[in-house]
Amino acid sequence: MRDVVITGVGAVTPLGVGARALYERWASGECGIRDGEAPCADFDATDFMTSKEARRADRSTQLAIAAGEEALAEAGWDEGLPYDPDLIGCVLGTGIGGIATLEGNHDSLRDSGPDSVSPLAIPLMMSNAGSAALSLRHDLRGPVFSTVSACAAGSHAIGTALRMIQHGDAEAVVTGGSEAPLTELSRAAFKRMNALSPSGVSRPFDARRDGFVMGEGAGVLVLEAGDAARARGARILGTLRGYGASGDAHHITAPHKEGRGGARAMSVALSDAGVTAEEVDYVNAHGTSTQLNDRAETLALKIALGEHAKQIPISSTKSAIGHLLGAAGAVEAVATVLALRDRIAPPTIGWEEPDEEMDLDYVPGTAKPLEMANGRPPIAISNSFGFGGHNATLCLQAA
Amino acid sequence: MAATATPQAVEETVTESLVNFGADPESINRDATLEDIDIDSLDLVELTQVVEETYDIDLEGSDFKNIKTVGDVVDLIVEKVG
Repeated sequence: MRDVVITGVGAVTPLGVGARALYERWASGECGIRDGEAPCADFDATDFMTSKEARRADRSTQLAIAAGEEALAEAGWDEGLPYDPDLIGCVLGTGIGGIATLEGNHDSLRDSGPDSVSPLAIPLMMSNAGSAALSLRHDLRGPVFSTVSACAAGSHAIGTALRMIQHGDAEAVVTGGSEAPLTELSRAAFKRMNALSPSGVSRPFDARRDGFVMGEGAGVLVLEAGDAARARGARILGTLRGYGASGDAHHITAPHKEGRGGARAMSVALSDAGVTAEEVDYVNAHGTSTQLNDRAETLALKIALGEHAKQIPISSTKSAIGHLLGAAGAVEAVATVLALRDRIAPPTIGWEEPDEEMDLDYVPGTAKPLEMANGRPPIAISNSFGFGGHNATLCLQAA
Repeated sequence: MAATATPQAVEETVTESLVNFGADPESINRDATLEDIDIDSLDLVELTQVVEETYDIDLEGSDFKNIKTVGDVVDLIVEKVG
């Protein structure tokens, strides 16, 4: 089977514009959450696109375009595509799509009647708008579509992109996820289901955790067939070793209490990667800061990794940027790739009080170095779990 | 109350909308084709929405069948209002 490598990463997150802003600020203990939310306050769409493109894109798509711009430039694609455009795909994930567009047009409908609804409403709000925008902008003509699996969408997108390259449907795939859910309706809706943190603090795995903090952003990775990337002399950041997905078949929102589905996604990803549990050096947890997720994920890690789960660092990016829903898996994959390169585990910011039976190393306080027994490039898994019981795990290795 | 549809007023409304849609103001003149200034069918639907509200008229998609230039758009609207 062809190996699949990562040659570019890009991100727009509450820690700033750029993948390095995300990784470096998180690793140094900075938090992008303000007043209980995590907006991309520094982001100005017109820095990355014409006013026409910006008008034709919901904020969720604008964020994806900006992250894509960075990832393609890092991959060295800004001077032209390195492969036949027919063999370059694009798969992006989103949980909700263009909800601000939907809400704005519903306001118009209610206040001024059907004729006031914008003809751009559908193309802006459709959940596949992100992959469509990147395909249009960069002339990507291979398989192009979006994945929709709530908070697992970004990881499902990346896993699907891996399969497309392994199977020969594409030489390269631009993949990731984006989300812009900071609207009145989604605030109210998540609040009504008691998912949001009333204290406005994201502290995954801490005994005091009381819900997630909603954030917005996008993460994009350029995946290429390893042989093709090496042949063109690309700089390789890391390898996407494996992917596993599963369904809980348990409850519409709650994870399975013993972490059954999450554990299976991890085990399948490791098996797909040809990696043993003992070879995992770091876990980028889903770690939402909800009571249910963090407990079930801890149990799932113990099932999938056995005793080894207690010996490796496990941290949550959401402690620094909140929960980016369908973009979370993508942004966290970006952060994981960069952390593996530097051989460190960034911290779970704010973790202080251990919870009963949650006895893993959640990397409190500050980042810690990764220790590999034989000096090989470190290996990580990155988890994403979505409402609906959708679980996806990626297995990544530094170059 | 609909605005008065003098050819000059209509041209101003159209130009303002086209600029909002992302067309280069320098390139907009009566002879410019819509293709030249990167105005497509979705922009025309939005423009229709603006002029229908401004001038209290009804435009159909078929009205735009033979429209090629900015001047064609302005003339169509003036004719409809008249």
